[in-house]
Amino acid sequence: MKKILFLMITMVFIGSCQSNPNKNSNSVMVIAPDKDNAGLKLPDGFSALIYADKIGHARHIAINTNGDVYVSLSDVKNGGGIVCLRDENKDGRADVIKYHGIFDGTGIKIHNGYIYFGADTIVVRYKLAEGELVPAAAPEVIAKGFTPQNQHATKPFTFDQNGNMYVTVGAPSNACQVQDRTKGSPGIDPCPILEQHGGIWRFKADVLNQDQAKDGYRYATGIRNAVAISWNDVENSLFALQHGRDQLGSFYPEMYTDEQSAQLPAEEFLSVKEKSDFGWPYCYYDPMLKLKVLAPEYGGDGKKPGRCSNAENPIMAFPAHTAPNDLLFYTGSMFPEKYKNGAFIAFHGSWNRAPLPQEGYYVAFVPFKGGVPSGDWEIFANGFAGIGEVMSPGDAKHRPCGLAQAPDGSLFVSDDSNGRIYRISYK
Amino acid sequence: MNRIIKQLIFSVVSGVFVISYMNSNGNEKAEAVRSEPPVKEISGNRPAEPAAKEHPGKAVYIKYCLVCHQASGSGVPGMFPPLKKGSWVGKDPKELVLIITKGLSGKVEVNGEVYKSAMPPQAQLTDKEIADVLSYVRSDFGNSFKPVDVELVKKVRSGK
Repeated sequence: MKKILFLMITMVFIGSCQSNPNKNSNSVMVIAPDKDNAGLKLPDGFSALIYADKIGHARHIAINTNGDVYVSLSDVKNGGGIVCLRDENKDGRADVIKYHGIFDGTGIKIHNGYIYFGADTIVVRYKLAEGELVPAAAPEVIAKGFTPQNQHATKPFTFDQNGNMYVTVGAPSNACQVQDRTKGSPGIDPCPILEQHGGIWRFKADVLNQDQAKDGYRYATGIRNAVAISWNDVENSLFALQHGRDQLGSFYPEMYTDEQSAQLPAEEFLSVKEKSDFGWPYCYYDPMLKLKVLAPEYGGDGKKPGRCSNAENPIMAFPAHTAPNDLLFYTGSMFPEKYKNGAFIAFHGSWNRAPLPQEGYYVAFVPFKGGVPSGDWEIFANGFAGIGEVMSPGDAKHRPCGLAQAPDGSLFVSDDSNGRIYRISYK
Repeated sequence: MNRIIKQLIFSVVSGVFVISYMNSNGNEKAEAVRSEPPVKEISGNRPAEPAAKEHPGKAVYIKYCLVCHQASGSGVPGMFPPLKKGSWVGKDPKELVLIITKGLSGKVEVNGEVYKSAMPPQAQLTDKEIADVLSYVRSDFGNSFKPVDVELVKKVRSGK
């Protein structure tokens, strides 16, 4: 009886698919890219389309196994801080767009049937029932007790394969000066901010109401702010990118020219191990000297490493102030072999390189082997800004912020300036 | 709830983001910045003759405000509010003086856009520098508001 019923349902399903080919989710339907590749410059063979547009200040992206897309907003829009998107007619673009959740923030991931969401002072999760786009379940608190802060407040996170969640807790400071961002103010030594900030905290992924101070574990420290954070399942290890410090030139004009200040320090790609210490606020990475240099607030002269010889170096250095905002290790099979297990990084783009032109506003690619870059980095997707040279971030029409891999292997990129979601495919 | 908390939290972090060359002569750097094309191109209405006198507040702006509020007064999306037409620069000058001398932290909304960051107090500026820079931003970036008098700055600072 059951078998007959199953057969009947199957036949009805197949019948409905055939009678309505445009709505068929399983037939091989070629997704047509946008004529101009959504304004992006991509390597040969790649194409892009606009999956959704003007959805709000779109920060990070999570994609469910059924292809449903979830985007975090830095500011609640239409009554929600999470945008839930679905492509029902399978043309590759979202046609159902719902807003949900009272929180806004940056971190968002789908994990074990839940949407995890990182607001600035709390990490919550929403149970997703089978086939459900908008979660009906009330949010549960996973991690709390994060101090409200006016800079580097976002709480991006990632999961390992052993039931742990890693949350970035950025430093509410530039260089831990007595008076933040004030010329002549010395660095506090030791920097008390590091007790609850400036690092990556580990929590249990499945335990409710964990308090940062009581239940959180400081997994790594000396990281000013790592908005891009990702567990690499192949290497079984954590990686992150730091937003380096600002204003070396404006506070220490006798030590740094405008040009040096625009190029120092490098944005660092970090291989993060348990108890790693990358040296903030005492140290910064000089990509020309290829070492961690003692910060002038702590007696540095722009050259000597001092105590920083103990700080861990990055596995790769990127142009200063370019603001790496997301990291994705590509495991799909749609893209050519060279991209497999490599890292995509979304660079939000700088604001403080003036008088030099701003830098970033692209998605970069880094080939990987054995947990380290196996070649130089390259710009993978460019043209988000929509103008030649960005002198001020407000000029950029779009700014890449979040990355996600869809079940078909296409790459999603979010833009938090005008709320565009790009979808990049190969052939 | 989170939003309410954010709104309540003012000045947890005192200083941020506005460049300060305090107590330094910084002339060389200010000159270098001043020669940049974007700064020159801000104002289309200004006479092009070399004899045209530069607004005294412009140098103050370049030195203390430009990094965050940008050469064109556009600010930085999501972080630092713009000073362009329709922004807060047309507000009561007394409030503007307080923003400069006391700083401003937390979430603000300008022209329907939200900005979350912090501006450190610029208490090192003289009364005249504050009057000059306020008068400058109120007359540039597409604004045409009355200049701010140094006497008003004095009055606000003395709390009278």
